Amino acid sequence: MPEYNLNVNGQSFTVEAAADTPVLWVLRDHLRLVGTKYGCGIGQCGACTIHLDGKAQRSCLTPVSSVENAKITTIEGLSEDGSHPVQVAWKEADAPQCGYCQAGQIMTASSFLRENPAPSNEEIRKAMHGNICRCAAYNRIEKAVAMASEKLT
Amino acid sequence: MRPFTFTKVRNSAVAVKEISEKEEAKFIAGGTNLLDLMKFDVMIPKNIIDITGIALNYIKNLEDGGLRLGALVTNSDTAYHKEVENRYPLLSHAILAGASPQLRNKATDAGNLLQRTRCYYFYDPATPCNKREPGSGCSAIHGYNRWHAIFGASEKCIATHPSDMCVALAALEAKVNVTGPNGERNIPFEDFHRLPGDHPEKDTNLSKDEIITSIDLPANGFAENFSYIKNRDRASYSFALVSIAVGLEMKGNKIKEARIVLGGVAHKPWRNKEAEAFLNNKEANRENFEAVADVIVREAKGYEYNKFKIELARRSVVRALMQAAKIEE
Amino acid sequence: MATNFIGKPKNRVDGRDKVTGTAKYTAEFHRPGLLHGVVVSGTIAKGRIKNIDTTAALRLEGVVEVFTHINTPKQAWLDLSYKDMDAPPGEPFRPLHNDKIQFNMQPVALVVAETLELAQYAATLVKVEYEVEEHRTKLADHLEDAIDGDGFRAGFVPPKSQGNFKKAFSNSEVQLDVEYFHGAEHHNPMEMHAATVFYEEDGSLTIYDKTQGVKNSQHYISMVFGLSKKKVRVLSPFVGGAFGSALRPQYQLFLATLAALELKRSVKVELTRPQMFSFGHRPITIQNLKLGASPDGKLKAISHKAFSETSRFEKYVENVVNWAAKLYDCDNIEQVYKLVRLDMYTPLDMRAPGGATGVYALESAMDELSYKLKMDPMELRLKNYSEEDKSEGKPFSTKTLRECFQKGAAKFGWEKRNPQPRSMKKGHDLIGWGMATGVWDAMQVPARAKAEFSADGTLTVGSATADIGTGTYTIMTQIAAETLGLPLEKVKANLGDSDLPFAFIEGGSSTAASVGSAVQKVCEKIAKKLLKEAGKIKDSPFKGANPEEVIFADEMITDKINPSISMSFAEIMESRELEKINKKYMLLPNMLKQNKYSRNTHSAVFAEVKVDEDLGTIKVNRIVSAIDGGRILNLKTAHSQILGGVVWGISMAVHEDSFMDHTFGRFINHDLSKYHISVNADMPEIDVVFVEEPDMVVSSVGAKGIGEIGMVGVAAAIGNAVFHATGKRVRSLPITQEKAMT
Repeated sequence: MPEYNLNVNGQSFTVEAAADTPVLWVLRDHLRLVGTKYGCGIGQCGACTIHLDGKAQRSCLTPVSSVENAKITTIEGLSEDGSHPVQVAWKEADAPQCGYCQAGQIMTASSFLRENPAPSNEEIRKAMHGNICRCAAYNRIEKAVAMASEKLT
Repeated sequence: MRPFTFTKVRNSAVAVKEISEKEEAKFIAGGTNLLDLMKFDVMIPKNIIDITGIALNYIKNLEDGGLRLGALVTNSDTAYHKEVENRYPLLSHAILAGASPQLRNKATDAGNLLQRTRCYYFYDPATPCNKREPGSGCSAIHGYNRWHAIFGASEKCIATHPSDMCVALAALEAKVNVTGPNGERNIPFEDFHRLPGDHPEKDTNLSKDEIITSIDLPANGFAENFSYIKNRDRASYSFALVSIAVGLEMKGNKIKEARIVLGGVAHKPWRNKEAEAFLNNKEANRENFEAVADVIVREAKGYEYNKFKIELARRSVVRALMQAAKIEE
Repeated sequence: MATNFIGKPKNRVDGRDKVTGTAKYTAEFHRPGLLHGVVVSGTIAKGRIKNIDTTAALRLEGVVEVFTHINTPKQAWLDLSYKDMDAPPGEPFRPLHNDKIQFNMQPVALVVAETLELAQYAATLVKVEYEVEEHRTKLADHLEDAIDGDGFRAGFVPPKSQGNFKKAFSNSEVQLDVEYFHGAEHHNPMEMHAATVFYEEDGSLTIYDKTQGVKNSQHYISMVFGLSKKKVRVLSPFVGGAFGSALRPQYQLFLATLAALELKRSVKVELTRPQMFSFGHRPITIQNLKLGASPDGKLKAISHKAFSETSRFEKYVENVVNWAAKLYDCDNIEQVYKLVRLDMYTPLDMRAPGGATGVYALESAMDELSYKLKMDPMELRLKNYSEEDKSEGKPFSTKTLRECFQKGAAKFGWEKRNPQPRSMKKGHDLIGWGMATGVWDAMQVPARAKAEFSADGTLTVGSATADIGTGTYTIMTQIAAETLGLPLEKVKANLGDSDLPFAFIEGGSSTAASVGSAVQKVCEKIAKKLLKEAGKIKDSPFKGANPEEVIFADEMITDKINPSISMSFAEIMESRELEKINKKYMLLPNMLKQNKYSRNTHSAVFAEVKVDEDLGTIKVNRIVSAIDGGRILNLKTAHSQILGGVVWGISMAVHEDSFMDHTFGRFINHDLSKYHISVNADMPEIDVVFVEEPDMVVSSVGAKGIGEIGMVGVAAAIGNAVFHATGKRVRSLPITQEKAMT
């Protein structure tokens, strides 16, 4: 099996995996970074969202062979202690219920807020619409994004 | 996943060579559809050729006033490109009506053209499907066919093409530039996708050994009078039950040229030129729009669960035309 | 007091773990050498396996074993052994037991390999030949074969009738006779069902299982595999959503345990999203409602009949038709519940089981009646407001529904409603306002808790319950901290571990009232012990003092009458040279007291919808949910629970539909792009109003439980609003676009 050199959360890793192995499973099974979640495996739920060079993408549909030159950021790399403004707002707004989709939600929100630090509610809604939350904390999530945006600006 | 080879290529010529020589080979770029189909064992390529290294990630102006979209430009970059937003807002709207931001960040323009139907049965190898396994039968005809075609279907297949982007591209009369072993050619958009006929396993008229290099948009983007309406089961993140792309060229309240293309209703973006011609030099008003909508749905055929799409299509055509003509009610 | 926490909007204590990705779920526990198991699902609804060929899979290097019915050693042969604590009457499904296929997507093999990718590939190489038998899966086609919906199951009350419905109905001046339908649904928690089984050196098992009841999973495994409970520890510290899907042990647990025991190695089995449609769904119902009333709106007769579905092997029962007698003051009520056995997996409790569907039909019919009577729908409810449960002839322990109507209506602006359908319009949107009542049970079940107070001032409480996103960790912490008078940071709550004292399965909205009370009581025992120890200190002012005479707050004991007399916990522990104080408590509901009352939560739900006049596009625009849920233990997490419930109601009303293709007897839209649940773009503005009245009958903490009530009534309110908007009555869920087209 081929080897890949990956840059994850600022650290270098070498993994041995089939070229098409989704980054999701490389993170979860090889690197034990399990904060990135498996919710469908086919790009439909957003639980596996990570940043590739700062852009939110689905890790379940990203083959490991395509990310060798990219900077990968996962929820574990967003902050060391949950102090990223998005994480702080998330706790305060009670966005997580079961918590399973939240890493994906937070990664989507943080990438979005970097591009658009002061979004309108409509823009927040559009940005977040690819992340499913079965506990249905959507209103709380949108509020948390708005709260984080206030802290960022 | 099943074993297969994985090759990275850096230019189109090599890509064409690779795919011509290899058995059951597929290109991969964004992978947003191929990988999920592989997960479900619907597509089982033996060789995968990664084309993301080819320099096809560009958007540039053409001499004839049109715009060229490189095959590997992502859907997001296309939708938010200034030239596209300003000159082809119909395309921009259609793209943003589909998928999710993360998927659009990965999915490429050429990949969008090649995405496969979302028919339940196509996706479930436990059931017969002529598109997945020619000759096995169509489960949808007598099954749950709420999402299925009302135009141009065959006994063999009633699947629909799921793209939003392609509906707009059909309305804009885009051209698809491809490269193959015998050189380059371009395919008018209406000839790109196929009706199922006896060979539903073939979605397009692209040959097995050809690669899409770019998509050309003609100069006229219908930027003044356009509309994209998408009827779907939830407010975002679902495929179209019926979508409509309309572009109008108007002079005063008269219509000079009309483009009306329906999505989610056929094996390809569904365009009715006879109906479009009916509007030439006519007043933009509800009466004429109702008449043209009647013409469009005249040849529609529904199945057990999707009959409603006919009336929905009719009303949506009227609504889209009214919006494009900026007629308030 | 700085240590008063109950009722406050405190942040979730596990919030940090959940926003940093450090909260670990079942499939995320790992040890070197862990094997991966992939389930092969069957493709027919009924028949038998003629042949199953595993040779190609086994030939691959790294594939360790393929388990099928042929090589699976026979486990306990008694059905009884397979019965978990939540099993309905019948013979539970036994995975890989024999060649019989009882439902589509039944697990037929487990492929175990060194890596997940390899196991997945090998699973595609397992070839199964079937002998197909004719199946039947369509409820509507087999109503004549219906049997009575009865039998013993925790929480199920066989419906009763009273008075003389027939006579009263025929004597009613205003009559309504309507049929309602809704599709099947699947829970689809975001986290897939999984079990990670670690095979310990001594042959014992440490199992991480996705479950709402670790004791239930432990019981099941020990019975099925004949293991002492001491050899089986089940953990489930975080559950990525469940909504009922993890009440019963699902087959991943059996399969992972089987493989671990046979191979004497650690094994993980995680299902795929399509496989989440292979076990347990909210069953379809076909309901008939007959309402008879006098012209002034007084209900004279109610008949609520439901047909629902179950499997061939178990009789799944839920309370579908039991609600009219709880809600309405009517003397003649007929309630009938029938089941049809079909070739499918046994249905499974799904958020507000029975209530969500039964109340949908009842409250939709009430709306229809209000139009017949030309009466405001809320006025009709108030006219028939019941102060007692007619089915039991008992008063309610607490009931603030009347205030819920008032406060909800005020918040919504209900008084401005024009009763005429199609009377409100904006652009192309027809606007409709509808309302409905919700009702659910307030249950307390036995629960144990333990607590340990340490000399360093920290307290650890524990109970083998679950937190499926409900906030159990948080309310346990709040209750413990307030009861003993500690800061939240000094309290640690443990749950989801079968080594902890017994708690029943986390479900039915019973946890807050049950585990919450047990935690309160065990902390009171610690407090009492501290006071007793304080009294033993030389010259102690608390010598012989009763707990009623003092206050436990701010980490000290203070005299109620003379607050200047106090003693810190630290001082007591130090003076008495105590390292720890350990206490246990077993909560048994006071049935004598509880049985004098009917115990229920209620809600009043108001909905505004917009329906496109041409296209039928529905947008739920605004919901007000006023909740009678007893005392609210944490305003923030409780609010989240109700929000979630409301969205579940919206999703049920306009989106969710697990569609079974009856040709194949198979749910055909088995992934998240084809099975639609609400997404954020569908969200309306949602207002939640709590009308609190502590219910000291249900629980000593005053809580009634709010996990389900937020959902009940929402679908009816939306359907009623769609009628008000369009003038078209849709009697089947989900109300998709085509149904709302006029």
